[in-house]
Amino acid sequence: MATKSKTQIIPIGPYHPLQEEPEFFKLHVEGEKVVKLEIELGYNHRGIEKLAEGLTYDQIPFLVERICGICSSSHPFASVNAMEDIADVDVPLRAKYIRTFIGELERIHSHLLWLGLAGHFLGYNTVWMWAWKQREPVLDLFELITGNRNHYAMFKPGGVRRDVADEDIPTAMRLLESLEKPVMMFTKIALQDPVLQARLKNVGVLTKEDCVELGALGPTSRASGVPWDVRHDHPYAAYGMVDWDVIVTQNGDVFDKAVVRLLETFESVKICVQCLEKLREVKDGIDAELKEIPPGEGVGHHEAPRGEVFHYARSDGTNRPIRYKVRAPSFMNVPTNHRAVVGYTVSDATITLAAIDPCYCCTERMLVVDANSGKQVMGWKDLLRLSQEKTHRLMEKYNSRMDRIWT
Amino acid sequence: MSLLQGIGFLIGGFVVAAVIGMFAHWFDRKITARVQWRVGPPFFQPLYDFVKLLAKEVVVPEGGSRFLFLAAPLFGLASVTVVSALMLRTVIFPGETFVGDLIVVIYLLTIPSQAVILGAFASANPLASLGGSREMKLILSYELPFLLVILVPVIKAGATIKMGSIIEYQATSGAAIGSLSGVIAFVIGLLCMQAKLAKVPFDAPEAETEIMAGAYIEYSGAALGLFKLTQWMMMFAVPFFLMMLFIGAVNWQQSWLNVVFAVLIYIGILLFITLVRNTNPRLRIDQIMKFFWAKMTPLAILAVILAFLGL
Repeated sequence: MATKSKTQIIPIGPYHPLQEEPEFFKLHVEGEKVVKLEIELGYNHRGIEKLAEGLTYDQIPFLVERICGICSSSHPFASVNAMEDIADVDVPLRAKYIRTFIGELERIHSHLLWLGLAGHFLGYNTVWMWAWKQREPVLDLFELITGNRNHYAMFKPGGVRRDVADEDIPTAMRLLESLEKPVMMFTKIALQDPVLQARLKNVGVLTKEDCVELGALGPTSRASGVPWDVRHDHPYAAYGMVDWDVIVTQNGDVFDKAVVRLLETFESVKICVQCLEKLREVKDGIDAELKEIPPGEGVGHHEAPRGEVFHYARSDGTNRPIRYKVRAPSFMNVPTNHRAVVGYTVSDATITLAAIDPCYCCTERMLVVDANSGKQVMGWKDLLRLSQEKTHRLMEKYNSRMDRIWT
Repeated sequence: MSLLQGIGFLIGGFVVAAVIGMFAHWFDRKITARVQWRVGPPFFQPLYDFVKLLAKEVVVPEGGSRFLFLAAPLFGLASVTVVSALMLRTVIFPGETFVGDLIVVIYLLTIPSQAVILGAFASANPLASLGGSREMKLILSYELPFLLVILVPVIKAGATIKMGSIIEYQATSGAAIGSLSGVIAFVIGLLCMQAKLAKVPFDAPEAETEIMAGAYIEYSGAALGLFKLTQWMMMFAVPFFLMMLFIGAVNWQQSWLNVVFAVLIYIGILLFITLVRNTNPRLRIDQIMKFFWAKMTPLAILAVILAFLGL
């Protein structure tokens, strides 16, 4: 009996008030201390990659936009980058500025959203409500420019779908300026409130080595002193033509992750303002009229608010890709929890799990693995066969009705 | 005091505490909502909530202790009712209280927290037991400074443990808060009250985003309603207790303005609770212990020493 484990499992998920998405973390705890973490995902798999293979290149941005509601311009951004990589087409400068503007606007709203959620997880509901209130002007701006608060449908292979009207630019500038004051206030709260610092500093520390080893991306890695940012390392759209800084801090704790996100918001405002200034002068159209995608393969990157999102497409010359691959940043960031959560308390775990700004609906993968041998039991083909078999079973079961619907 | 009178005071204490407690809860939610750019609930929302909860099914978790699970909310409610009745009687007839009633009130005021612990451990749920153990640590944290704080008016009133005497002393020679030691003790008392009411930053036992309301996770229906009512009544009992010890009696015989003054002080305390809870994140339980033991207890000891010196 002496060796009997004293650990207990605290479940976070599959449905938990902590996070808005279905995910499952098993915290193995001794008292309040977390000694082991098990991550179970897979409640949200939708087969986006397979769906993409059945759609035309024009439709795919709409599909990948729906991978996630928060990064709903990041995925199309990476997607059109991949298609343009195959077609090797030059996008008009104006379209590039509009794309950059939309991408950065999204970062602002996403970081403010995260800030609010972080406040909520800490029991600081005032920050939650205030951050989301200050996020509203950004959504209004989106609606003004794209017609939607979310799912903007701005991206198309070869350009953007809607132009930014000159008369909207002053309004946009005013809304962006109005952001500066509240974001400055949040930054001051974060940097100066001693209670907040007590909760966030030296909590959930992710070292530089861990980041490199696990391939952490975005603010998660930049808070640990790893200056990875696709916008800077591999400039696309207009990122090479505007003036901005990569925000990097060194401590890797939750506090630094918050600071990185807050300071990045200022950089994003800076980029947005520069893009709007340029849009007043640059008038070379918004569409390169990309008519067909030649055979070949292409890779698209975009630095989403959570890190680098990666899209891959392979074309055989038809109007649909024969293989489409998406890798969202949370796929790389979620495993860092193994390092960041273990060793701290349950109270710290909640904010640390949220500090990577996870997005599970972007991340879901499906693969059946034998737990004992670690061998893959079912791969892509097996899963496809299974789903086809199920459709056949359904067809047999509802034979008459199916016939009626289809004929 | 006849039996009938006693029952009358009990019912009166319950009604007064429940009505004021519901008002306090509404006030807390409304102010919170206004601070957070929201509209907030209508005035009778706590009543609607309570009545609705009473009508809902009570689910008792399998594997838990059925008796303890259902009895725990009753313990809490009963003790806060008795406390309210005792305090009400003291305010109305300060001369007629018994020696040691202060001890009884202090004792009874911890029972709602203990009821929460009992209920948590009877729930057979890991999150509830975590909440229960946090509640236990929370009691350990604030109880010592809270007792020291109470010592200050006791010393001022000439080492009496009779609430009536403390009130009568303050009526003749000024409120306990009118001195340096009184001010220090009152401020510490307010913070202990925040912890006693389990409000942010000391709401670790409930922590909805960490352990999903902790001790209350398995509670439903009338049992949850009674727990809620106990919490609301505590929002009357604890501030009222502090006001009695530090500010003294409401001299309603002298002038009705004194009553208005007392109500304003009570609302001020409620406002303090609400604003503190809206401008702070939740502390970890170890940080709460450090805060009370390393910072509040020495300060409280200082206040007691100052009170001995007559400051």
